[in-house]
Amino acid sequence: MSAACLGLVRKQFFTFGEPPHELVLESGERLGPVTIAYETLGILAPDKDNAILVVHALTGDSHVAGCYTEDDVKPGWWDIMVGPGKAIDTERYFVICANVLGGCMGSTGPSSINPATDRPYGVSFPLVTIGDMVTAQKALVDHLGISRLLAVVGGSVGGMQVLAWCARYPEMVRGAIPLATTPRHSAQAIAFNEVARQAIMADPHWRGGDYYGGAKPDLGLAVARMIGHITYLSNESMRQKFGRQLRSRDALSFHFDAGFEVESYLRYQGNKFVERFDANSFLYLTKAADYFDLDDYAAGGLDGAFNGSRTSFLVVAFTSDWLYPTEQSRALVQALKRSGLDVSFCEIQSDWGHDAFLLPNERLHTLVAAFLSRISREGLAGE
Amino acid sequence: MRFDLRIIASWIEPGSRVLDLGCGEGELLQYLKEQKKVKATGIEKHEAEVAVCIAKGLSVLQGDFNLEVADYPPDSFDYIVISQTLQQIYEPVALIHTLLTIGKKVIVSFPNFSYWRIRLQLLFAGYAPKSKELPYEWYDTPNIRVITLRDFRNFARDKDIVILNEVAINTHRQQETGNIVRYLPNLRATYGIFLIGRADSHDAG
Repeated sequence: MSAACLGLVRKQFFTFGEPPHELVLESGERLGPVTIAYETLGILAPDKDNAILVVHALTGDSHVAGCYTEDDVKPGWWDIMVGPGKAIDTERYFVICANVLGGCMGSTGPSSINPATDRPYGVSFPLVTIGDMVTAQKALVDHLGISRLLAVVGGSVGGMQVLAWCARYPEMVRGAIPLATTPRHSAQAIAFNEVARQAIMADPHWRGGDYYGGAKPDLGLAVARMIGHITYLSNESMRQKFGRQLRSRDALSFHFDAGFEVESYLRYQGNKFVERFDANSFLYLTKAADYFDLDDYAAGGLDGAFNGSRTSFLVVAFTSDWLYPTEQSRALVQALKRSGLDVSFCEIQSDWGHDAFLLPNERLHTLVAAFLSRISREGLAGE
Repeated sequence: MRFDLRIIASWIEPGSRVLDLGCGEGELLQYLKEQKKVKATGIEKHEAEVAVCIAKGLSVLQGDFNLEVADYPPDSFDYIVISQTLQQIYEPVALIHTLLTIGKKVIVSFPNFSYWRIRLQLLFAGYAPKSKELPYEWYDTPNIRVITLRDFRNFARDKDIVILNEVAINTHRQQETGNIVRYLPNLRATYGIFLIGRADSHDAG
């Protein structure tokens, strides 16, 4: 497996916002100090014009590609996209990926120690928004001495961060690639997140968010993850992957074991998830996604969000994605057209539902590589 | 490049903003971008062709251009090209009206239905004509509009559209060679290409 790993990476940390210079959140609350975990791949060019920020989805982390050690069996979450000679080519570009604010993979979040109490924040952690995550990433990009990013790339909740970057810091983004995402979270998407949150909060081990040091709300978090996985797949991908197949039995068992393959898959995903993820973080990050509405970034609604922007966009949707369906990407494209921005849009035929953006897909890789190549050729100043 | 596209390209000013409707694999746009430094945008329905365009470094949107054109502000483009497609449009009056709002000039090309071979087929064989330009049966043709060069001129006059330039050509579908027809074009040309503008565009030059 380690042969697949084409580069060693190291998780690094950047801390800012020491009192009295705390990060001011969209809610008006102040948070500090803030630590952001990040990783980089490739080499920053002398004139710093080849930096690409990759932003992760709901439960991702800074480990986008490569491996931590030579015998690491599991490369980063987007290793098929990012690396030497890949679509986001680390031989050409300097790639940065940071764990989001509110996360639990090294960046400050509800499981971090609150310096005021020396105990984990729990639900005393302030609610953070997609915009707050982007503000924290901007502090990191500033710290790295980069004044303009060649591109910001991400799918799903990562795509929302891409859009928030374009709305908040248009002069810092030459190119944007929002994948399988939406300019505003729909009622249906909020509904699924709410059910997932209720599963966590109904777990007696959640204890109002104050479970650190004791038993964790693993059952609730596992159910929350199972709900998420349903929304990441599609009717067709479930039919192809599982159908009505039974696990290791030829006949129905007539009790509540995970008899169907699909049940077993969801239970496995749920159980695997609780080993790596913090339940409170899940509450905060889903809430941030629910709050996301690009209209809020400008008085003029969605169109106003892109006022003054000169960013070039590559928007990609997937036919079977029903969590953030193509119409939502089209609404974004319409706003970009009305704002006179350079935009390309492709709806990729795929049976794999929302998950498609993370799976091997030659078409997606070609589009991303060509778009990056073009804006890189045209330069940071644009056409 | 296709013969009709070469003529269309020759009408486009360097450095202008061009929208190509039904741009296919982006042949015209790529030529214009490289040779005339235009700001090129395309709209194409088919995913595979959109992907080819983006891979060439073009800005192209996947979608139905009848709907997609609605989102652009007025005067977004200097030229809008709609080549070999007008005969497939369900609502050509509304579309051309929109195009002359979002674009200053529109270049239209379409197969000429009064080409002499087509006339002879109907006259002698008694079948709905088929040709290299219009190769379909009546029940599967996407070409729902029957247009001749003369029809288009009448259309322009009736709808207050100014014809700024026109060329009749004799070429075949997807063919790179052809010639300009000056004598009896409505009879002898397989395609017509028109540069049209708004009623006030004569003054603007």
